[in-house]
Amino acid sequence: MDLPARTFRITRTDLVRYAGASGDYNPIHWSDRIARSVGLPGVIAHGMYTMALVARAVTGWVGDPAAIIEYRVRFTRPVVVPDTDEGTELVVTGVVKSTTEEGARVLDLTATCQGEKVLAQARATVRA
Amino acid sequence: MGREKIREFAVAIGADDPVYLDPEAARAAGHPDVIAPPTFAIVLCQWGIETLIGDPGLGLDFDRVVHGEQRFRYVRPLHAGERVTRTTTIEEITFRVGNHFLNTRTDMVADDGELVVTAWLMFVVRGE
Repeated sequence: MDLPARTFRITRTDLVRYAGASGDYNPIHWSDRIARSVGLPGVIAHGMYTMALVARAVTGWVGDPAAIIEYRVRFTRPVVVPDTDEGTELVVTGVVKSTTEEGARVLDLTATCQGEKVLAQARATVRA
Repeated sequence: MGREKIREFAVAIGADDPVYLDPEAARAAGHPDVIAPPTFAIVLCQWGIETLIGDPGLGLDFDRVVHGEQRFRYVRPLHAGERVTRTTTIEEITFRVGNHFLNTRTDMVADDGELVVTAWLMFVVRGE
């Protein structure tokens, strides 16, 4: 059984809240001026915020918040979050790739924003 | 590990599972206290990584540093009420196609010596 598509809305408010909770105050996550000065199209989401949302999709699907035993991603494309009420959307899907000898399931995950994949080699292993 | 910090982080990523928020619900699920969402472990890496990135001996230009990859391995979830010691190590620095790749590992160890979570952060230091 595969992970059904789950959509997460991301707004600037979410990024400000995540900055405070995580302690990552890098201004590219809240200032368009600074984001553009380093060559970005505008404010982008924290990679770790995206990774947290993908983990929510996984643990929600498994039904156990403590199920993940291994989790990795490569950040390949920024999630640009416009300064609008709608912000942007992240769509997460996954497929079960294999099962380990201990019965843990290995999931290959896909996260897309505006039709583009934002992660590569995204994989979570969840205990049986 | 404080309950309130875990709650703040869980709320920031929109994770409303009671095991993150309510000690009684967490105990009913077999945990000693509220547990941290999987990517909360990044908060424990923050100080070590900031120290490393700011180390004049390493001479990194912060504006050129990008979080390239992230991996976690969990023996069990971190939970409120425990004391965790984290140690950040540079595992490898490589140079290819004009960029430096900085691989770090942070081990999070409970007071009884149990290794609870390992986090690998890979940074890309973009070339001039």
